[in-house]
Formats: sequence, C-alpha cells, structure tokens
Amino acid sequence: MAASAQNQSFEAVVLPHLDAAHNLARWLMRDATAAEDVLQEAMVRALTYFPGFRGVNPRGWLLQIVRNAAYGSMKLNRGIELVPIANGEENGGAAIADLPSGGDDPETSLIKARDRSHLQQLIGALPVELRETLVLRELEELSYKEIAELTRTPIGTVMSRLWRARRLLVQATSEQRKAS
Amino acid sequence: MMTDEYAAGGCDKVLLVQAEFDGELDAAEAAQLAAHRAGCPVCRAAEAELAQARELLQGDLYQPMPDDVRARLLARLDLAPPQPAPARRFRIVSDFAAWRPPTFGFGLGAACAAALMLFVLSPDEQSLTDQVVAGHVRALQPGHLEDVLSEDRHTVKPWFDGRIDFAPPVKDLVAQQFPLKGGRLDYIGGRPVAALVYQRDKHVIDLFVRPVAAGTAVAPETTEKNGYNVVHWAQDGMAFWAVSDVERNQLRDFAAIWQRTP
Repeated sequence: MAASAQNQSFEAVVLPHLDAAHNLARWLMRDATAAEDVLQEAMVRALTYFPGFRGVNPRGWLLQIVRNAAYGSMKLNRGIELVPIANGEENGGAAIADLPSGGDDPETSLIKARDRSHLQQLIGALPVELRETLVLRELEELSYKEIAELTRTPIGTVMSRLWRARRLLVQATSEQRKAS
Repeated sequence: MMTDEYAAGGCDKVLLVQAEFDGELDAAEAAQLAAHRAGCPVCRAAEAELAQARELLQGDLYQPMPDDVRARLLARLDLAPPQPAPARRFRIVSDFAAWRPPTFGFGLGAACAAALMLFVLSPDEQSLTDQVVAGHVRALQPGHLEDVLSEDRHTVKPWFDGRIDFAPPVKDLVAQQFPLKGGRLDYIGGRPVAALVYQRDKHVIDLFVRPVAAGTAVAPETTEKNGYNVVHWAQDGMAFWAVSDVERNQLRDFAAIWQRTP
C-alpha cells in the first residue's frame, strides 16, 4: 500500500486491515461483543473521514480510529475500567497476581502458562496502556515510531511501557511456576 | 521482587537492549551496546527475559476478524468484501453487502469463488429504492435496528450530532400511533444517512433521511420492492424514504402525517 490513498476506494485501501482492526479492538475491549460495537463505530468514522485521508499508512490510520473508538467506549461504559499507570511502575502487578495460579506440579503449570487462554488472561490483566503497546508491537509488529504516533505517546514512554508489559508477563508466569 | 529495578536503577541501557531486541537500533548503536553488554550482567539478564517474553507470545494470540463479525460489519456499512489479502481465503458475504461490483483483477481463484456469489448489480443499476429496502432488511436482523434506543426525540436528535454532517428532523408521532423507537446511522448511495425507527403495531418503519438541494420538493411516491413498501418524498431540504412491511395505505398515512407535523 505504498501508493497514496487518493483515488482509491475505501474497500481497496481500508478493508484489507480489518483483521488488524479486530485484533486491536478485541485486545483493548477484552470482550467480543464490545469489540464488535467498537469496530462498528470505528468503521462508520473511517468511512466518514476517508475522503480526507491522504496518508500512506492506512493500517495505522485505521488502528488509530479503532483505538479512539475503544477508549471512547471504555469511558462511556465505566464497567470496563481504564487503569491509569502514571503513578508508578508497580501498577498492573497486583491485577496479575490476582489471577488463579492453581496448585499444579511445575510441568503442568508450565503447560498451562503456555496455554493460549491462560496467556490471554494474563495479557488481559495488564493495564490497558501496557496491553495496547504490547499488542501493537508483538502482534501487529509495528515499529516504536508507529506505536508512538498511533498512541500519541513519546517513544521513550512506548519503550518503557513495552518493557513493563513484557516483564509483568514473564514474572507472572515464573511466579506461578514457583508457587506450584 | 525485582520489578523494574533494571529500568529504575540496575542499568540505564536496558531499554536499549530491548530496542536492539526489537530491531530498532542501527549498526553503530548496536555495536556500542554490544561492547557495554559484554560486561553488564543486568543487560544480559534483561536479554534473557525479553527472549522469554517473546517465547510466551509465540502462541496463537492474534485475533483476526471472525467471518460472522466481518459479514455483519460489511453488511451494516453497505460495503463489498475487500480484495482478498494473500493467503486469506475468499469470503462470501451476503448479497446485500455486495452491491458494488467485485473487482476481478486478482485471478482465477477469486473468479471461481465469485461464481458462488449472487450476481450483483452496479450501483448505477441499483436504485436508491433497492438500497433503502436492503438497508431496512439488514436492520431487521437481531440487534441491528437502533443504535440509539429512545422514544424521546430530544434524545434521538442529538445522538446524530457528530455522527453525521447534517441534522435530521426527528418527530414524535406517538399521538398518531407511530411511536418513535430510536435511530441509527446507515449508508445509502455511498453516503451516510440518518435512519429513524418508528413502529406501527408489530411492524417496523424505517425512515431514511438525507439532505437534498434546498427547494427540492417531491410529492410522496409509493413503490413496492420484495414485499416491502417504500414511500419517497422530499421537503424542507431533506429527502425521505419510509420503508416497511406495513400496508401501503398505512405507510402513506405515515408519510402524510410526517409531512404535516411541524
């Protein structure tokens, strides 16, 4: 998609990135129905803004719209919490520690740790800012610069969020192994 | 607990180790870091942790859009399916979603797949009437009727602010047995329109509204399409399409009441 989006249809430019849009919405909202609602809202916005889109990065453009819609929805529905992480490095650790660790033997718990749904739980328990940075880097494979632009965050913050997200995941799994 | 002691004070190069791990350093920076890392246990430990983290994330964590979500989304937006990305199987969406002609520049496989799709008309061939009926039918699918659920026009009208670039008139016709149920955003003729949802007994009436050139006045015209009645008219700079399976006369009444209600 190197060519400018000008003169190209919405279908050709934007729709190839629906999987990325869904991936982000699903991880941000942590709920299939909420994610679909967010995508619905985001796609309506994308259609509305598309005539003004002149960029060369339609995926980033769409993901930004999805992110805005997701944050808007989280603010509206206070049931889904926005966890601020401004006040310290330890935030999120508590949420992860609350997850069931089980009393399995080390081998079983290692398998469990690698189990997809369990890992999803762990990632889901990360504060939203850490989670989105991790998802954008590890699953969407965006560069630091792309993540910084998309989340309107300085690159240094992107780097430290990514570091914290990764460490929390590694610690949560190794603590579970130790505990069992 | 060792939480973030590396980043906090263990070694200030840890985030650079991570940057290298993520392929964000150029060759000169990487070489500089390598010299430091050789004598820094903190950085080597960090590197091991990064590898662990990535290994954890190797699983099947990506959440591509499920087919049913895709079909619903495209149908709601009145869009054709995208050209298939490489290695993704061709998706067939409902005929309502595919009113734009498919592009056949992507090979025989897709052409074969297209044989499975209903033949679709180009937008030019498909009239607005067909589109409003398709929009109405789509909206009748569960959970898709209203985006704003309210019988109060003072709730419904502001809901469109910021979602659409015009302010649709919203009237409450409950006294005339056409109670307002809500509203939603729809796409007709490739642009956003307001859809107001009214009810008559057990029947749903969708009223699609979009702006037209000021001064355009069209007297109500009634047509029928696939068992649905459509009454189209224009007044006060807005074009209207009322669509429903109520009896034709009732839909005409609805249009007439709407027209004369201030």
